[in-house]
Amino acid sequence: MELLNEILQTVLSGISIGCVYGLVALGFVLIFKATEVINFAQGELLMLGAFISYSLIGLLHFPYWAALAVTVIVMGLLGTLLERTVLRSLVGEPVYAIVIVTIGLSYFLRSMVSMIPGWGTDTYGFQTPFAEKFIRTGKLVISWEYLAIILITTALIFLLFSFFRYTRVGTAMRATSQNQLAAVYMGISVTRVFSLTWTIAAALGGIGGILLSPITFVHMNMGFIGLKAFPAAVLGGFGSLPGAIVGGLIIGITESLAGFYLPEGWKDIAAWIILIGVLIIRPQGLFGIQEKKKV
Amino acid sequence: MRFIMKTDYYQDIRLFKYRSTFFWYLALVIGCLMLPLGLDEYLISQLTFICMYAVAAVGLMLLTGYTGQVSMGHAAFFAIGSYTSAILTAKGVPFLAALPAAGLLAGLVGIVIGRPILHLSGLYLAIATMGFAFIVDEILVRWESMTRGNMGYYVDPAAIGPLVFDSEIRFYYLALVVLILTLLAARNILRSPTGRAMIAIRDSEVAAEAMGINPAKFKTMAFAVSAFFTGIAGSLYAHKIFFINPESYTIFLSIELLAMVIIGGLGSLHGAVFGAAFFIFLPQFIVMTKDYLPQYLQNQTGLQPALFGLLIILVMLFEPLGIYGRWLKTKFYFEMFPLYRKDSFKREKKYQKAERR
Repeated sequence: MELLNEILQTVLSGISIGCVYGLVALGFVLIFKATEVINFAQGELLMLGAFISYSLIGLLHFPYWAALAVTVIVMGLLGTLLERTVLRSLVGEPVYAIVIVTIGLSYFLRSMVSMIPGWGTDTYGFQTPFAEKFIRTGKLVISWEYLAIILITTALIFLLFSFFRYTRVGTAMRATSQNQLAAVYMGISVTRVFSLTWTIAAALGGIGGILLSPITFVHMNMGFIGLKAFPAAVLGGFGSLPGAIVGGLIIGITESLAGFYLPEGWKDIAAWIILIGVLIIRPQGLFGIQEKKKV
Repeated sequence: MRFIMKTDYYQDIRLFKYRSTFFWYLALVIGCLMLPLGLDEYLISQLTFICMYAVAAVGLMLLTGYTGQVSMGHAAFFAIGSYTSAILTAKGVPFLAALPAAGLLAGLVGIVIGRPILHLSGLYLAIATMGFAFIVDEILVRWESMTRGNMGYYVDPAAIGPLVFDSEIRFYYLALVVLILTLLAARNILRSPTGRAMIAIRDSEVAAEAMGINPAKFKTMAFAVSAFFTGIAGSLYAHKIFFINPESYTIFLSIELLAMVIIGGLGSLHGAVFGAAFFIFLPQFIVMTKDYLPQYLQNQTGLQPALFGLLIILVMLFEPLGIYGRWLKTKFYFEMFPLYRKDSFKREKKYQKAERR
């Protein structure tokens, strides 16, 4: 019973971290599906979101939920701005060139944060309504901070799925990700879809940032979480939205179990070992579809 | 524009296309040999770094630029090269044997690792190699009896017989010679049937297979050769900075190597060297321009990486085909002189037709 409790507790914290990985992975997958570009700056968008929410809550004393809303809006606008200024002019250029641009972007965003007055290179934290509140069931203690992450992520996923399934814009986005040329012929503005994709991805990054902050605190290297979300996206089969979330959960749970039961050092590589193992057996990831090769 | 009437096969695969090209390269080599005479120690050491990274970039270019397989884990081979060479020379093996041994071990690991993961493609391969690099990095930290973990490893200066490469100038010549040999080797691989098989796989794997090329074999071969050169570069790196620890071989080195190859221009050996030069000189350039910026910005530690990122973005926005693409355009401009049109190289901006799910 003791052991079961312990495992449950560990898995639960793994799930909540996994949700954040899943959110970042979702950002990767959205942009990849629409534009075939891997956005290396996705983790930096999360960091930026965390800093914005820190400024709102810690410095300007916004209430938590208002800060969440404002962060999402600001990050969405920033995503649109990035697409408009940097990525729009690269449509149709080789994909690897655009990937390098996003790497440059990640360097740039990370160091810009350190230069903005009031942000800098220190570590910050802010007050959330969930801090130091717990639910006890038997011997299991669940902290509200973790629970909030899981709940908000679940709500978000439902929102996104119904957006893609039931709205006109969502359908247009799915069409574009299947075949851009055919989408243009059907009267869909592909550039608008690209722009909207970046908006959503950046907003997701912002939410990820505000959710992650109570656990890892706010600092300029937060964006490196992207390196964990990346295998999550691949594990789920890059290009599959539910795959990204499942991949994130698998990576999160593995990591927290390995951190608890295996000797030091395994925590960081356990996820990678699982990833390579899965890829050797299923080269297209868990939810990916094997594409037909064309000459 | 010159056109040569080719009359036989060997004319087509000559090392130098025109006779004049040979003399230009000879002049370039002589120029590189003379360079240290006029420069101070610091600049020579920067040139050495360019030669070293160019060796690794040539290795990655063979894999990414010519075989079309993206690797985000080349820091691992760089690290294997460094540690092999450092440990061997510490055990008394002469440098002249340790250098190829470093390359060979990296190549061997490349084969072992490449065999199971090379049936992955594109993104999946990139991520698998990245995972491999993380695992190697962790092994370097944990295998303390061999690598001394995070304490780091002191490396003896390279020596061939009585000749010790302990000064900047001497090491520059060593790195330059290795770079020239690497370029010659790469050029020769590329004009051999192996090289053409690699390029065929890059252009279309299915078509290559239909022509009787075994993709698994040639991909593994390309991976091994690429790892070999990167290992050699790693060995040089260890003997240049005399102290190595796992922190020098993180994911950022892998990404930087990949960025070097892409910014230089995929699919050209020139590009590998250009990319290395770009990455070494960019920070120097930033330091030089620092004095012209406002006081507040000058004192920021984040200034250099910020400008670094910004310049990478600008270069790619301005020239998505990399520095080699710009070089070709400039050359074409002068060859065609009054006839060059702005649209000669213009790419059609188009939407992807590919059917995806």
